[in-house]
Amino acid sequence: MPCKKWIRELSDYLDDDLDPQLKRELEEHVGRCPNCRVIVDTTRLTIQIYRGCEPYPIPSSLHDRLLQALRQRRGGASGGS
Amino acid sequence: MSPTNGAATNSTATLSDLELVQQAKEGNLQAFGELVQRHERKIFRLTQHITGNREDAEDALQETFLKAFSRLSQFQGESQFYTWLVRIAVNESLMKLRRRKARATVSLDEPIQTDGDFLPREHAAWGPNPEQKYQQQELREILDRAVQSLPPLFRAVFVLRDLEELSTDETAQLLQLSVPAVKSRLLRARLQLREKLSKHFRRGAP
Repeated sequence: MPCKKWIRELSDYLDDDLDPQLKRELEEHVGRCPNCRVIVDTTRLTIQIYRGCEPYPIPSSLHDRLLQALRQRRGGASGGS
Repeated sequence: MSPTNGAATNSTATLSDLELVQQAKEGNLQAFGELVQRHERKIFRLTQHITGNREDAEDALQETFLKAFSRLSQFQGESQFYTWLVRIAVNESLMKLRRRKARATVSLDEPIQTDGDFLPREHAAWGPNPEQKYQQQELREILDRAVQSLPPLFRAVFVLRDLEELSTDETAQLLQLSVPAVKSRLLRARLQLREKLSKHFRRGAP
């Protein structure tokens, strides 16, 4: 099944890491194959959506615990001063 | 960070990471506190995605910054400070994951099915601006749930390559995988995530 071959190359294609000849062949296939076109487009969108989503702020209790642990670590390292 | 630890917060906020590292090496805990403030969100996202467990993620976050603080003298500035932090966070997270998996008697390195179920099933196009269908909070939950449903090593590869944007070589080195193994897992992770998100984003989805 020809689509399977191109799906294997999808990540390298999206990362622009595909041999130029293979890239041309893949683009020709995708131009003719609606299913592969959808897969290429939606996989690219998947990556874009993840990259565009900012991480959550961390809970203030966790942030405070982290700073407290750092103060203790420094206190221990400098003999409690 | 307590204002008794050195310069005032507003004077550290304008400094570069390298300048803050230098000050922290000289004993300014407030400078290190600014580094925590800058990077804790992304590091926590990383530890959550790799460990797949909230408690482990919190521990790994704390251990990451404690180790970074203890080992600051080893950071010579060859890489960005954040990249150095990511390396520590990945190691801490993998350690947590391995411990939990060992207790559950499941191997982290279980063989990955290489051929079956390879072709995507979902062929529906997505609507325009799919991410705008949802409120930010709801979107994050959809994205997080999708990542959490991946096998552990798929998650780790996806997080390092697509969220942290590390190179394939760096990812391979950090996860002790071959380059082809990273590429194969990344492809599968991306395809599985695409499939899971299609339920929410395809044209006409509720």
